[in-house]
Amino acid sequence: MSRFHFPESIRSRPVYGTLEPRPGKAHLMIADAEGAEALLDLASADAGLVRHAHIIYIPKGTGETYVERLRALDPEQLHVSPSFDASLPRLRRVLAEAHMGLQLYLTGTEGLMGRAQSEAMQAGIPQGAIQTEHRGSVARRMQCVHCKGITEDVMTDPFVCSHCGLNLFVRDHYSRRLAAFQGVCVDAEDPGNVPDPVELYS
Amino acid sequence: MTAAPRKTKAGAEKIDVTVSAVVPLNDLVTRFEFRRTDGGAFPPFSAGSHTVVEMNDGGRTRLNPYSLMSDPADTSTYAISVRRDDEGRGGSLYMHNNVRPGDRLTLSYPVNLFPIDLRGHKHVFLAGGIGITPFMAMIAHLERMGGAWELHYACRSKALATYADDLTRAHPSRVHVYYDDQDQRIALEDLLDGQPLGTHVYVCGPGGMIEWVHRTAAAHGWPEENVHSEEFLAPQPGKPFEVYLCKSDITVHVGENESLLEAIERCGVDAPFLCRGGACGQCETDVLEADGTFEHRDHWLDEDEHAGGRKIMPCVSRFTGKKLVLDR
Amino acid sequence: MTIQFNEETFRDDYSFRNSDRAIRRFPFPFHEDSYMYSVNMEQHQGGPAGSVYEMRFDVDEHYVAEMQDRAIVLAEDPLRCQSLPHMTLAGWDTLELIMVSKSEDYPDLFELHRDGDRWRWINKPLGIDHTFTFLDETTLPCGPLEYITRQAQGDFAVLDQRGDMLYMDAGMVTTQADWSLDFDIGMDFFEWHAPVPLAHEMGIFKRALKFLLNIRQGSPARRLNWTMTVNPRLDTSPENYHNWGVQKSTLTPENIGAKQHLRVELQTFYRLPRSNALLFPIRCYLIAFQDLVTIPKWGRRLHRVIRDLPEELADYKGFIANRPLMLEYLSRHDDGLPTSPGVWPDLETEPPLQT
Repeated sequence: MSRFHFPESIRSRPVYGTLEPRPGKAHLMIADAEGAEALLDLASADAGLVRHAHIIYIPKGTGETYVERLRALDPEQLHVSPSFDASLPRLRRVLAEAHMGLQLYLTGTEGLMGRAQSEAMQAGIPQGAIQTEHRGSVARRMQCVHCKGITEDVMTDPFVCSHCGLNLFVRDHYSRRLAAFQGVCVDAEDPGNVPDPVELYS
Repeated sequence: MTAAPRKTKAGAEKIDVTVSAVVPLNDLVTRFEFRRTDGGAFPPFSAGSHTVVEMNDGGRTRLNPYSLMSDPADTSTYAISVRRDDEGRGGSLYMHNNVRPGDRLTLSYPVNLFPIDLRGHKHVFLAGGIGITPFMAMIAHLERMGGAWELHYACRSKALATYADDLTRAHPSRVHVYYDDQDQRIALEDLLDGQPLGTHVYVCGPGGMIEWVHRTAAAHGWPEENVHSEEFLAPQPGKPFEVYLCKSDITVHVGENESLLEAIERCGVDAPFLCRGGACGQCETDVLEADGTFEHRDHWLDEDEHAGGRKIMPCVSRFTGKKLVLDR
Repeated sequence: MTIQFNEETFRDDYSFRNSDRAIRRFPFPFHEDSYMYSVNMEQHQGGPAGSVYEMRFDVDEHYVAEMQDRAIVLAEDPLRCQSLPHMTLAGWDTLELIMVSKSEDYPDLFELHRDGDRWRWINKPLGIDHTFTFLDETTLPCGPLEYITRQAQGDFAVLDQRGDMLYMDAGMVTTQADWSLDFDIGMDFFEWHAPVPLAHEMGIFKRALKFLLNIRQGSPARRLNWTMTVNPRLDTSPENYHNWGVQKSTLTPENIGAKQHLRVELQTFYRLPRSNALLFPIRCYLIAFQDLVTIPKWGRRLHRVIRDLPEELADYKGFIANRPLMLEYLSRHDDGLPTSPGVWPDLETEPPLQT
């Protein structure tokens, strides 16, 4: 089981649900790694729904583990992509041609769901048409509030900004527009005094 | 900052106006145009706004909300169109029978509970009968600022199709009119399908039409935030009842044809309000004691609040029973 | 009214100073000897003559210097002023509101001449004389929100109102107390207030939101907020935190009177006509402790407020580490005498410090 119970937090911290079938004219599903499990669960609730869906899947570290099982669901389209960035041109094209009535199902890591949601909202998909379910890694996308660079796959607090090198502490304050949590300089008031990194949620 | 700050006044700021024109459009609908009595410019407003018209009907103050249908950029004139309702409480009858050019009235500053979503890439307007009025202002705004829109207008008959001719002439490819008496219906499902992302739908008309649009859109995968509606609930008459206002220490008798809010105002007690139609939440009042049954007719409180009996919306809701004490 | 504008800085050498007039009209926020959150809104329809509440957009001796500091911040970081595409109309509403208010309230300093949609705006303190077409951005050097807020003190958040919620969809934010417009833009009312401790559980934001959603044209409102800043620095942004944060640790018993500042935000709320958006100006006033205690009542009261403030609030407002130093200084200005309710100095009735 790849589900994680996120501790309760502040109002801007995203809260994920469980994917459920919804009435709609088209269904677009985007998942990475263990997110495939949520799509398989969705298919067992409503196989017909998934058969009419367009799935974009990024296996990440899971390799071939889920690919055949997703193919077996017989979706209208299944596109397996090596990364979210590589899938972006396709996703943007799909969104540009989409119509109202499109339902969006996002599942997997927070980073994948956040980025996909940000693209969707820019294309005009209302929030109410987007569902999310977390599966797999709890690593975060962090934006350094100082240099604006985004550091991917952060698992410790504090961490080092991969762009400017500052030591940043991890906040739960989250921006849907940027699809990232906020990182702030941890030793601003006492330069050099950087606590030992601790794994997130430990 | 004071230790005892000035209380926010009930209702909205007011503008003194003089009626500049009264234009009957058909059997049921008349347009009223206003200029500011002091000759100044009206405040600009956002399309979809309404104003509350204050009328003095033989000593009885009537307050009726009407959509502003004029071009929001035209600050010389405000215009409303009123549908005569012979069975109603008398506000529209008063307007039709008594108001003449040159008369002085008071309007509230515009208030908008039905705005255009400015992020929208396209706006689809669904009007039923007199529900056409807010869309007149929205169309003027989008034409001026540039924006994609289309109007689907359901009327009872050609004779009662207020402004339909003007609209079709000005915007032949964007305006579609459907006559009830010719069995023409808006093909809503076809209309909803194939709309680009970022399309918003707005419906203004009878309650049944509004409910139909919301239901159909949801079934076709449209989230609520892209479907907007406005319906002015007129307070319905009901059995008279008594209410004790705790803070003011007076007992108010609510008559058959006045709302609880109107009765409170009649007794000189200042109670907040805004839309006077059960939709905006501004008049929400705490119930201190109740022994009886509430008749909640608003769209503001949720199910639990309706069942809980600790709150009431006096602009449209009523009560029957032995005792009602309100925190006013 | 003629105002003598200071030449001063809010960074580096920190030459900022308050005149006696500025001290006396400072918006002291505490009306009693303790502080807890409340939805402390009141109408913004004027105030006592000469007070910061009198005019719609208060202009004081710091005007020119503050606008210079804003220009520096924006040159270093243009992301401090952003406007999502659908908010341009709200930007024009804001421009009109500020130009009309300032030209009417300070006719010696600002003039607005309108001929249809051809407008001529004269800003004497900043030496601006510009003619443009209202609603046509191509006739302004930048978007309308940026154009006018480069000439108005304080930060400005512009909130789109949709579906019984407010969204921070545009803003000019260069004098904020530690939040980032670039990060928060697009968030809803509860999300952008997410980091504030305690207030959510108290239902403060639910009530505040309901009040704000119902603000009407013609009926603006206002409230005060406060925090602490070491040195009279306006740009206490998270973006620059790694530059200014360390200044907090430079306080000593000898310099605290001059360096520790009470920072008060006068927040106002205006319904904008054409866009139906809500304009949220956040005007920042700073006063050094040593100037504040020259008003005996304020010295007594500030000591008691800071002494009794819950730890979470002192922590969130960023002065928990310096609190002991602050109390040591302030206690010398609190003789234990009773204070009158209300925020005003009451110099005639409040006795000077009894030593």
